[in-house]
Amino acid sequence: MLRYTLKRLVSLGVSLAVASVIIFLAIEILPGDPAAFMLGVNAQEDTLNALREQLGLNGSAWERYSSWIGGMLIGDFGTSYTYRTPVAEMIAARVQVSLPLALYALALSTVIAFPAGIWAASRRGSAADVSVMGLTQLGVAIPNFWFAMLMVLVFAINLRWFSAGGFPGWDAGFWACMKALTLPAIALALPQASILARVMRSSLLDTLSEDYIRTARAKGLTRSQALRRHALRNALIPVLTIIGLQFSFLMAGAIIIENVFFLPGLGRLIFQSISSRDLIVVESVVMLLVFAVVVVNFAVEIAYALVDPRLRARG
Amino acid sequence: MTDPRVDHLPPEAAPIRTWHLAFRSRNLVIGGALTLVFVLAALISLVWVPYDITRMDIANKIKPPSVVNPLGTDHFGRDILSMIMVGARTSIAVAVIAVGIGMIFGVPLGLWAAARKGSLLDEVIMRANDLVFAFPALLIAIMITATFGPSAVNAIVAIGIFNIPVFARLTRSGALTLWQREFVMAARVAGKGSARISFEHILPNVTNLLIVQGTIQFSLGILAEAGLSYVGLGAQPPTPSWGRMLAESQTMISFAPHMALFPGLAILLTVLGLNLMGDGLRDIFDPKLRRGRS
Repeated sequence: MLRYTLKRLVSLGVSLAVASVIIFLAIEILPGDPAAFMLGVNAQEDTLNALREQLGLNGSAWERYSSWIGGMLIGDFGTSYTYRTPVAEMIAARVQVSLPLALYALALSTVIAFPAGIWAASRRGSAADVSVMGLTQLGVAIPNFWFAMLMVLVFAINLRWFSAGGFPGWDAGFWACMKALTLPAIALALPQASILARVMRSSLLDTLSEDYIRTARAKGLTRSQALRRHALRNALIPVLTIIGLQFSFLMAGAIIIENVFFLPGLGRLIFQSISSRDLIVVESVVMLLVFAVVVVNFAVEIAYALVDPRLRARG
Repeated sequence: MTDPRVDHLPPEAAPIRTWHLAFRSRNLVIGGALTLVFVLAALISLVWVPYDITRMDIANKIKPPSVVNPLGTDHFGRDILSMIMVGARTSIAVAVIAVGIGMIFGVPLGLWAAARKGSLLDEVIMRANDLVFAFPALLIAIMITATFGPSAVNAIVAIGIFNIPVFARLTRSGALTLWQREFVMAARVAGKGSARISFEHILPNVTNLLIVQGTIQFSLGILAEAGLSYVGLGAQPPTPSWGRMLAESQTMISFAPHMALFPGLAILLTVLGLNLMGDGLRDIFDPKLRRGRS
């Protein structure tokens, strides 16, 4: 297990290093000079130089890369070009919205998908199965930002149960915030829940055709007893992997959904920074999102190896 | 052990008569029909649309659906049906090219990795794939947009890059099982090199897999394009796009819900059609694949 973990850890480190180089280079080849953008076309050459010096734009590419990475390792993400505030502070404020939103959506999708998938699998071929599968087809095909707009129309504009967007801030209390995040979380969760329900169902059906389930049935267990006591735990393994993968889709999906609901999260931060050419912010937020995705997938792989010893042996 | 509830192909279908089977698969018929409608809409829009979408008609703005404008008009008085027809072109073009990029780069990489299974090359290709997976298409698009500015071409490239590892992985795993088969060994004994075997014997046998995955990626591409255009990272005006139509309708949703309803339905039905078609195709190909694996 230790060898497996170390091996995955090395590959995690390599992935992050390569990702950081890609992100840095992508931003590096950008035409435009942030200093010129900030000061406008009439700026004097010495003022521009002074600002470049201040922003650390004058060093070689290697110097700038190492100071960016070195800074991030100790939690210093640099200073925003436009707001003149530490990027780390801006990100911290936005994570307070984006992370709860992603977790809320993940929880919702699991809560919906597990019973739906199990129900469909245990009644394979029945009307229940067909309707659950039909609904998941719809859930996968619906663009979630459009679904979000329709929910705003129905629940915010017509019924006035929720506000159409915005975020009150955690000072306004836990429930007020959860209420503001509910429609966005449902919109984010819908496609993920549909995928998860389908995986849950097919994984359970695969497990149900295993020999040990036949043995359990032969010993007198009913189909649903066998399902609950023997099949469910084994069927969960692929489901766990999908949940891990979904985290990255939730982070990315949140970028669009935050725009529908005007939530001050990381996604909106990225868009604001792109339009104001605040590249250090774009760079750091993208790196942070990639870091989150890679680390979550690493955690899933380790968890996977813990439940399934066969993987450790292969590692 | 045969579970009586597992649906089996009737015995008379055993020699695979694809067309016969195709019409028996409800998924394929419904999905194919939906897809056909949108492909036709896009094709027809090349030669004819009900109204010119570049002409504004402010007197007729924000009209609900009527006999004159079956899907109503938008805030510039443009006919929404015409815009959806032209928008289908953008969606289809973006998705087709993006899937093409994914296949052109992903399939040879997957074949190559499978031919050198376990080598350093295989390892490098698969790790690079993992790395691309860590960047969801939207993040790639954001970086490209931050660098080169928003456009439909950049959206295509972003979605295309995301498709590469999908096809590379699928091709590799399909090819790995084929490399164990007798006909490949025979080709080896006959003195064919691994590159020739990959293209002459492996590739034709993974085409089914690629077609099924292709339809799925096609539908994901349409969704991704809509999402990118919605946040302003995709097609720019005046190129009509379903995603941007939705973005423009958002502020007017309370008094002009039809403007938000129809472009969204267009996306939903197209994606649904492609997904059903993919499922239907898999149902048809699967018995063959299953026989191949045993």
